[in-house]
Amino acid sequence: MNTSEGHTLPAEAGSAPPGPAGPVAKDAGRAGARRRPDVHNLSLLGVLAALVLVGVLTKPEQFLSVQNLQLVLTQASVIGIVTVGVTFVIIGGGIDLSVGAMVALATVWATTLATQQFGLGGILLCALCVGLGCGLVNGLLVSFGGLVPFIATLAMLASARGLALQISEGRTQVVSVEPVLALGRRDAYLLGIPPIVLVFAVVTVVGWLVLNRTTFGRRTVAVGGNPEAARLAGIDVRRQRLLLYLLSGLCCGIAAFLLIVLTGSGQNTNGNLYELDAIAAAIIGGTLLSGGRGTITGSVLGVLVFTLITNLFALNNLETAVQQIAKGAIIVAAVLVQKGRTS
Amino acid sequence: MTERIPQTPSTSRRNLLFGAATVSAGAFLTACTSNENNASAGTGKQQAGGVDDKPGKKVTIGFAGPQADHGWLNAINQNAKERAKQYEDVTLEITEGSNDTAQQIGQIETLINKKVDVLVILPADGKALTQVGLKAMRAGIPVVNLDRVFASQQAYRCWVGGDNYGMGLNAGHYIGEQLKDKKNAKVVELAGIDNLELTRQRTQGFDDALKNYPNIKKVGRQAAEFTVESGQAKMAGLLQAHPDFDALWNHDDDQGVGAERAIEQAGRDGFLMVGGAGSRKVMDTIKAGNSVLKATVLYPPTMSASAIDLARALGQGKGVSGMAELEIPASITLYSAVVTKDNVDDYLPTGFN
Repeated sequence: MNTSEGHTLPAEAGSAPPGPAGPVAKDAGRAGARRRPDVHNLSLLGVLAALVLVGVLTKPEQFLSVQNLQLVLTQASVIGIVTVGVTFVIIGGGIDLSVGAMVALATVWATTLATQQFGLGGILLCALCVGLGCGLVNGLLVSFGGLVPFIATLAMLASARGLALQISEGRTQVVSVEPVLALGRRDAYLLGIPPIVLVFAVVTVVGWLVLNRTTFGRRTVAVGGNPEAARLAGIDVRRQRLLLYLLSGLCCGIAAFLLIVLTGSGQNTNGNLYELDAIAAAIIGGTLLSGGRGTITGSVLGVLVFTLITNLFALNNLETAVQQIAKGAIIVAAVLVQKGRTS
Repeated sequence: MTERIPQTPSTSRRNLLFGAATVSAGAFLTACTSNENNASAGTGKQQAGGVDDKPGKKVTIGFAGPQADHGWLNAINQNAKERAKQYEDVTLEITEGSNDTAQQIGQIETLINKKVDVLVILPADGKALTQVGLKAMRAGIPVVNLDRVFASQQAYRCWVGGDNYGMGLNAGHYIGEQLKDKKNAKVVELAGIDNLELTRQRTQGFDDALKNYPNIKKVGRQAAEFTVESGQAKMAGLLQAHPDFDALWNHDDDQGVGAERAIEQAGRDGFLMVGGAGSRKVMDTIKAGNSVLKATVLYPPTMSASAIDLARALGQGKGVSGMAELEIPASITLYSAVVTKDNVDDYLPTGFN
């Protein structure tokens, strides 16, 4: 649906390599904008390697097992998918603070007794619709209501959490639909890969392709880098922003469904502080908070770093408090590295 | 809801389709909000006992609690309402729950201005609401402080609440008795939110009880956040870190839903699991007896029903029947009973959703 409108942007048609369109990213410098995140990803890979080394040295037999790999990837999947959506929004110059609340609302809405009657399909459809619906409201408020993204999505955070509480009345809604529960069990693994992780992989690959190989992706970078220039280049900035929030909502819907599969329940406390985890992962992955630059690979690596830290702390039976300190330190270090490279 | 896409004039049909899709999705979603079920809500409906049942002087009780954002707190509200309904001489003025200290203070002040006869307060934060408790007492309204204790004893006439230390103690003793003949038994603990005092008290009680059993060692502890999601994640980590252990104590049955899910996903058994708080689902599982979950330690939500009884007794100037004193006690700590398959039928009505 985007390629059909490629003619509106003649400048993009010529620039085959993924990156901001010529007239848009004058200030950033195209080659630099492309190269820097890759260097950044290398340093993130270094951090990952260091964490793996710590795991191997401290708890070799438990850490280096297939089960542990499955565990780490499974735990990374839900927040990972949310992060992919948030990365798009941030690259497009926005912010989405409502992701955690949208996940919570979608899990609650999709696990009411009424929804459970419709079985797996109903639960999946409901979770996706709730995500898309919230994303649509966010997008309309930002694009056409003229609200600052921070405020619009903050409002969504509050009201979606409230609605989730109202629907669930604070109860843990346990899922009794067998096919949904079966998806989370060991028998459902395909060649040793949990279905949840497969979905995460698909979302990551599709996200990467959309960002790097489609007009939509290039427009996202353009709108985030310099909205005025993007508008002059013929991009419908408002429509692009609307679509970005829809995309983030969709990711939340998918993540919510996976969370239902993972926990076998829906609860209004789900997705607690996902917004901060997702933004943190995107930032340490090299996404510029002001927009216009970022990679899906970096964000996914960022999520893996955080998940691996959690895993290492659990294996070594360390306290949550220390874990949070480590997380904070890594965020600061990553941003400092990023700053060092930009200046 | 109109979609304005100026550059593409030929999109009217697309918009129409999109609109229709949106409307039908909306209709589907609104049909999916219902949680009605014919099964009973599972709140305590046992006979009013303890306090004198004969109708007496009319009493208006003001009730202020935190936001009922999880099962246990929801049951607290339900139990209070249902207990008050059983007495024709009691009128209950219940405020909308709030976790915000300032808001809860405002709600309690409103109740004071309404001149209710007795106040029952479950503060969102005991220390932060001490002043408003003092204010009520000075205004001549006796306060029954429910569970989370005020910082000053002058701020309440009677405190009734659960026993977090005792919860850990009883969980530890139960596990200890089950494993006392096993050499080098290993135990792991899935705790609640670590920066809450109650979590530390539960862990302390658990550790103290285990000290009585030199053959048992606690090999792992992780703190979850009382949510299903965190329970699943932390339990998955614990299972990975400890390839074999003999018993698990989980502080909270809500997060236990996630913990059980993680155990199921890892395909692990061969140990005994003890829960905490006493949800309906956990009691059903204990009764069915087909999972690792063998027991749960209560943190009884019926305490709010007891608080209504105590408030009524205060309002009518009576004591507690079965006790020699003319007045109600100043402090009541409830017992954290261990619910197992043997006694689960007695406790099922108190299980909360």
